[in-house]
Amino acid sequence: MTIPIVYNIRSVAARWTSTIVAVAGIAGTVGVFIAMLSLARGFRATLVSSGSADNALITRAGATSEMTSGVAIDSVKIIQDAPGIARGPAGPLVTSEAVLMAPIPLLSTGTDANVELRGVSPNVLAIRSNIKIKEGRMFQPGLSEVIVGKNASVTYSGLTVGNTIALGSGRWQVVGIFDAGGSAFDSEVWGDAHLLNGAYKRPDTLSQSVTVHLASPAALQQLKDSLTSDPRLNVDVTREIDYYSKQSTRMTTLITTLGGFVAAIMAIGAVFGALNTMYSAVAERGREIATMRALGFGAAAVIISFSIEALLISFVGGGIGCLAVLPLNGLTTSTMNFQTFSNLAFAFKITPELLVKGIVFALTMGLIGGLLPAIRAARLPVATALREL
Amino acid sequence: MIRVDGSGKSNALIQVRGLDKTYRRGGEEIQVLQRLNLDVDKGDFVGFMGPSGSGKTTLLNLLGGLDVPTHGSITVASDEITNMSSNKLTQWRARHVGFIFQMYNLIPVLTAFQNVELPLLLTKLSKSERRKHVETALSVVGLAERMNHYPRQLSGGQEQRVAIARAIVADPTFLLCDEPTGDLDRKSADEIMELIHRLVKEYGKTVLMVTHDPVVAKRADLTLHLEKGLLVESGQLGVTAGGVA
Repeated sequence: MTIPIVYNIRSVAARWTSTIVAVAGIAGTVGVFIAMLSLARGFRATLVSSGSADNALITRAGATSEMTSGVAIDSVKIIQDAPGIARGPAGPLVTSEAVLMAPIPLLSTGTDANVELRGVSPNVLAIRSNIKIKEGRMFQPGLSEVIVGKNASVTYSGLTVGNTIALGSGRWQVVGIFDAGGSAFDSEVWGDAHLLNGAYKRPDTLSQSVTVHLASPAALQQLKDSLTSDPRLNVDVTREIDYYSKQSTRMTTLITTLGGFVAAIMAIGAVFGALNTMYSAVAERGREIATMRALGFGAAAVIISFSIEALLISFVGGGIGCLAVLPLNGLTTSTMNFQTFSNLAFAFKITPELLVKGIVFALTMGLIGGLLPAIRAARLPVATALREL
Repeated sequence: MIRVDGSGKSNALIQVRGLDKTYRRGGEEIQVLQRLNLDVDKGDFVGFMGPSGSGKTTLLNLLGGLDVPTHGSITVASDEITNMSSNKLTQWRARHVGFIFQMYNLIPVLTAFQNVELPLLLTKLSKSERRKHVETALSVVGLAERMNHYPRQLSGGQEQRVAIARAIVADPTFLLCDEPTGDLDRKSADEIMELIHRLVKEYGKTVLMVTHDPVVAKRADLTLHLEKGLLVESGQLGVTAGGVA
């Protein structure tokens, strides 16, 4: 039988002043750990949610992103006739798109930041059906009008409905704000692809990517087989959700690695905090430990008891760390998307799974910090410790 | 019958034969106990006196399985404990020894009830059986009504009575008392000694007690003196050449 856990709970409570150091260290480390992971997760979720399983993205073969891709207008016409593409009343659901960068001042600092301009086909909302106009209206083809993602409208200066902004060689009126469900599109500005290409003196015969709405998710293979086997084309076909998932990898790896490094450094400090707390617990309670040993509790029972105590402390620390970062959930921040060199707004995403990971991380730190003191407790010379004052 | 000449009957509850204990301090060997013999029967109450450093507590630690001798043997109820592994010795202590310490050694964060219950957690008793045993033990020491008090809420005498309840609750083979009244005033010390005496006389407990206090020592059936590592008889009940009846 093990030493009753009530002994550990009450001992921790009785020694809360020395316990607080370990609790604070572990709470801080878990907080940073979860914040970093939620940042990476939020970034990834933002990009991944930009893609749809019903859409396919067609880029030049070998291009690693839309920025390095180019699809000629002749190719777009061939693509429109390919099998597996859904068709609407006005024809195939295909949008050939141009991706450009425009410096627009940030509302927060007044300094310019790169905004992604996406030249799209007028039927884009039928292809990306999850995107809704939440204010104003859709731009009219052939007019210098743009619609703005909801994050872009609150991040950059002048991107409000009714306002006119300078883009390239022309002036454009903001006619609507769209909600892309928290995806990367929410950080973009969309306009007529033909006009935007002209404003930036780019050839109108070249798109950077083509996005098509599939007749069904299963139709991707049929489309892919058709396009990649066509000798007139030199394209890659990717399910849109996979494309954006891949785009997020570099940044999420960077955030996770950096975050992991910071958390690891902090964890070392937290483990020393736990070690210190537990060693002092053992030192202060030498007589109690010896008494238990004299009564017949074995060395294993003492090790288990002190390990449980360390786990208890780390659990409290982990819990506090989790609670401390919860308000970050949903908080929007922005960073450079290295794939497009544009500013991307995204939200911290704290999931139950992340909280569980945080608690497991805390318990691991507690166990590492508690084990050596627990072993020392079990090895105390009973006869000597019994007479300690 | 308590004997110190090694001639006790073979079925004595506690048999100590040729017990040596040597400590090494720096490069020097210090012999604390030398060729010590002792026989204690069930129901005996034996006191140990002697100057500081004479080996009283060392002897008690050896008898309680908290320390191991350099040479010699200790047999309790036919079990030789000197050859037991550390784990076996721990289990043996739980079953056979009840400790009463000078500083009571109660766990401060546990109530009187929980302190007394500790040794029973090592048995197979159910929760309700444990509760019954604890209540009985606390009744014996007159503290049944204070079972939910923490040690800090009790006087020194009461704390020692809780410690006695803890020592007897699992009905051990014998009790080892290390200066049980050393931290108490005379009145409380008398009450504690009265209680220990009652355990011997009414409940047939076997008690081995170390004390500095001659008044306390007088409550024992026989007081043995440790001097320079040797046991010397000086009982008050008509010690014969080899023992006392």
